[in-house]
Amino acid sequence: MDTENYRALFCNPNWDYDTLEAADKIISKIGKEYLKLKTYPNQIEIVTSEQMLDAYSLTGLPTSYPHWKFGKDFVLNQNNYTKGRMGLSYEMVINSNPCISYNMENNSTCMMLLVIAHACQGHNAFFRNNYLFKEWTSAGTIVDYMVFARDFILKCEEEFGGDEVESVLDACHALMNHGVDNYKKPSRLSSVEENERLKKLITIKRENFNELWKTLPTGLKLPEPSPGEEQKFPKEPEENILYFIEKYAPALPAWKREIIRIVRKVAQYFYPQGATKVMNEGFATFTHYHIINKLFEEGYLNDGFMLEFLKSHSGVLYQPEYNSKYYSGLNPYTLGFNIFMDIKRICQNPTLEDKQWFPNLIEKDWLEQMHYVMENFRDDSFILQYLSPKVIRDMKLFTIVDNENDEEYEIGSIHNERGYKKIREQLSNQYDRSFHVPNIQVTKIDQHQTSKLYLTHYIQKDRRLDIESTQETLEHIRYLWEFPVELHSKNKLGINENTFEA
Amino acid sequence: MSHIIDRRKNDKGKSTGNRQKFLRRVEGQIRRAIPDIISQESIKDSNTGGNVKVPVRGLKEPNFQHDPKTGKKQIVKPGNDRFNEGDRIPKPKEGEGGIGGQKGSNSPEISEDEFTVVLSREEFMKYFFDDLALPNMVKKLMESTETFEMKRAGYTRDSVPSRLNIKSSFQQSLGRRLALKGVLDKKLQNLQAQFANCNHPDQKEALAEEIEKVKRQSITIPFFEDIDLRYNNFERINIPVTSAVMFCIMDVSGSMGFHEKDISKRFFTLLYIFLTRLYKNVELVFIRHHTEAKEVNEDEFFNSRESGGTVVAPSLKLMHQIIRTRYDENWNVYCCQASDGDVWSKQDALECKKLVKETILPIIQYMAYIEINNRTKQSDLWQAYNQISNDENFAIRHINEVFDIWPVFQGLFRKRNNVKAG
Repeated sequence: MDTENYRALFCNPNWDYDTLEAADKIISKIGKEYLKLKTYPNQIEIVTSEQMLDAYSLTGLPTSYPHWKFGKDFVLNQNNYTKGRMGLSYEMVINSNPCISYNMENNSTCMMLLVIAHACQGHNAFFRNNYLFKEWTSAGTIVDYMVFARDFILKCEEEFGGDEVESVLDACHALMNHGVDNYKKPSRLSSVEENERLKKLITIKRENFNELWKTLPTGLKLPEPSPGEEQKFPKEPEENILYFIEKYAPALPAWKREIIRIVRKVAQYFYPQGATKVMNEGFATFTHYHIINKLFEEGYLNDGFMLEFLKSHSGVLYQPEYNSKYYSGLNPYTLGFNIFMDIKRICQNPTLEDKQWFPNLIEKDWLEQMHYVMENFRDDSFILQYLSPKVIRDMKLFTIVDNENDEEYEIGSIHNERGYKKIREQLSNQYDRSFHVPNIQVTKIDQHQTSKLYLTHYIQKDRRLDIESTQETLEHIRYLWEFPVELHSKNKLGINENTFEA
Repeated sequence: MSHIIDRRKNDKGKSTGNRQKFLRRVEGQIRRAIPDIISQESIKDSNTGGNVKVPVRGLKEPNFQHDPKTGKKQIVKPGNDRFNEGDRIPKPKEGEGGIGGQKGSNSPEISEDEFTVVLSREEFMKYFFDDLALPNMVKKLMESTETFEMKRAGYTRDSVPSRLNIKSSFQQSLGRRLALKGVLDKKLQNLQAQFANCNHPDQKEALAEEIEKVKRQSITIPFFEDIDLRYNNFERINIPVTSAVMFCIMDVSGSMGFHEKDISKRFFTLLYIFLTRLYKNVELVFIRHHTEAKEVNEDEFFNSRESGGTVVAPSLKLMHQIIRTRYDENWNVYCCQASDGDVWSKQDALECKKLVKETILPIIQYMAYIEINNRTKQSDLWQAYNQISNDENFAIRHINEVFDIWPVFQGLFRKRNNVKAG
């Protein structure tokens, strides 16, 4: 097919299978050759609005274990959708290999092309190359794992009763935010490896044996740990509460541990998506913007198509201002797209200001930089590194300081010379996990008497815990742990400000 | 290589199971909401299901959260149009929201306080009638509510001439004739060949005779024989009667106030919904009475007020008359009478008793009488009815307040088979 035929196909607002196939082919080609994207193979699924609603409530996984929470989300979404309070998105994409994307059937051809460029190239490449996704998710096995999870939970329901399983899942869901590893745990050595290690150690000792060493004074002996400290377990505080319960709950049956593990895995699977919302959407928008423009340049599209595209594109990037009634926080698409576009601009046409702020980017290949950024950052570090003064000015960003003890808000910094750095830091903070998720860790269990579990909340910026929800969550932990649980809220000085018990 | 898959034909009910789990979780709240739904709608509309507002209580998904009121927060916002560093702005009062109000980013604004669950008709019915059933009644219904219909069911060899199916009979005959002719023709050919080869005159004669016979046979194959005949076959099929008529009889004398009418309406509605679960087609007849009885429409039935004394018997007579003229035995008749128990005279009450016992009960499925008063005295009508009520097909109950209705209704229609069996 030549360009002429493609153009006829793409400029017909009604699409069919051939259109999609052609679109996918051309867009993949451009993604690969022009933007140098490495992607998983794509699996594009055309779905109806009902099916999209289903996908919403399963948080985008093709299958999931049964639980009332998903039903609640479904009813909620359905109500909002049928009442016109909420539109459905044009697509939904799953971090899996092959990369599954759901496209709505009532998209026009233009939307289909946009969606294919956005999801099947942009998001797909991000999933495949970003370090968080590489490290924490295994795209090749997630779908199979969810099938296993569903079957396992169904089996448990049959064997132990739906109510019991539901209670376990409820409790696990309450802790989902605290079921995520931020750092890799060293994998435990198997007994074979352990023996190997000991053998090696002995060999080394023997080989390096030297009578002379005996004459050296022995090092300072550490004082014997006092009996109280000896009992301290865990040695280091553990932030992954679900993991801790799964491994160390004294009397938990194996099937409950497996369920905890399942929820933990799901939480871990979604963790990178939460930590890269701005980047992921920004990059996908950046990708579709470049691909569609390239298509236009090469004559695959006509002006009508571009007008429709620009309307949708600018709709996606709409950022209401703080005092608008539509304002509901920063639009991650806009923020991410603006930063990526500015990186490109700095590489190509740096101003004097840019040369001071981003010496590393000057006169570099923009595409290479783009890949580097996309692969090695997450939202907080991305903003901290690359939010440029120009973007701050363009978006007119400013900070409001809301101090509990003050009668008034204070404007912290605005988009001026003095404010750029502060705004950048604060915005980066805002996308840090600790901004939303309180820092709570397992600090101790009483191993000898009560098996009581001690948690510590480290208060940051005087933000205390919400009393009601904390108490309820603690009840859930109590249910899983099966022994008493105590939570201390400690401030900077290590002084306990509040105690919760269950 | 990409795959493009059209999933539109797949089931869209992926969430059904989870939805059921969710409904189970709010079951109690749905049950509690149902009486409200009934009282808000007209009787006929009430069986379409409905929206149930469910408070989110019990649906919370708690997790560890910061108390939004505490601490020192710095929030970055877009679109600064007038502020300078160090400006101070008064905080909005509680509940006003404003620029400091935190909202989840990019999420549609959903009021989390309560949301509505839309129940389908089936679900509505399920919650509504979960533990109600009328085994005795249903059994009776099964016995008396069936009619028969003749349905075509292939062909038979034996029946009356009027059901003769000419086409298939002819097909049979055609086949038979072809088959027989074939056999005879073969035989004839054989014989003729023998005849040609034969030299012996005696044998030749015998063969000629034989040939003649076969020839005759082959042209005299009968056009129709008994075995060809096919008759249309009919089977008797039982069909349950799917229509029911419900008579609502209400006293509209001056003593029936808004409260009494409201209670009656709710009760009638319940009965109507119950019947629509059993029957495809339910008709309603409203009869109101003071000193005389009159058939009216629903609106008039509940809303217009008249005063005067109360004579009950004419309404029962009117009902009897309507049944006789409009509803033959293919209809299941139900009757529900509501009154405050006031009657003009003892004579009237006795006449009612006689009417119910002798003319009404034999032709209807079930009659319920509810008396709406505070039971300080036994009314004449109550006393009269009490002698003939049996809970099988005639039940009487007292209702005083709205919240009595549901228990009374349940009491009237409770599953009784367990009691019987035990």
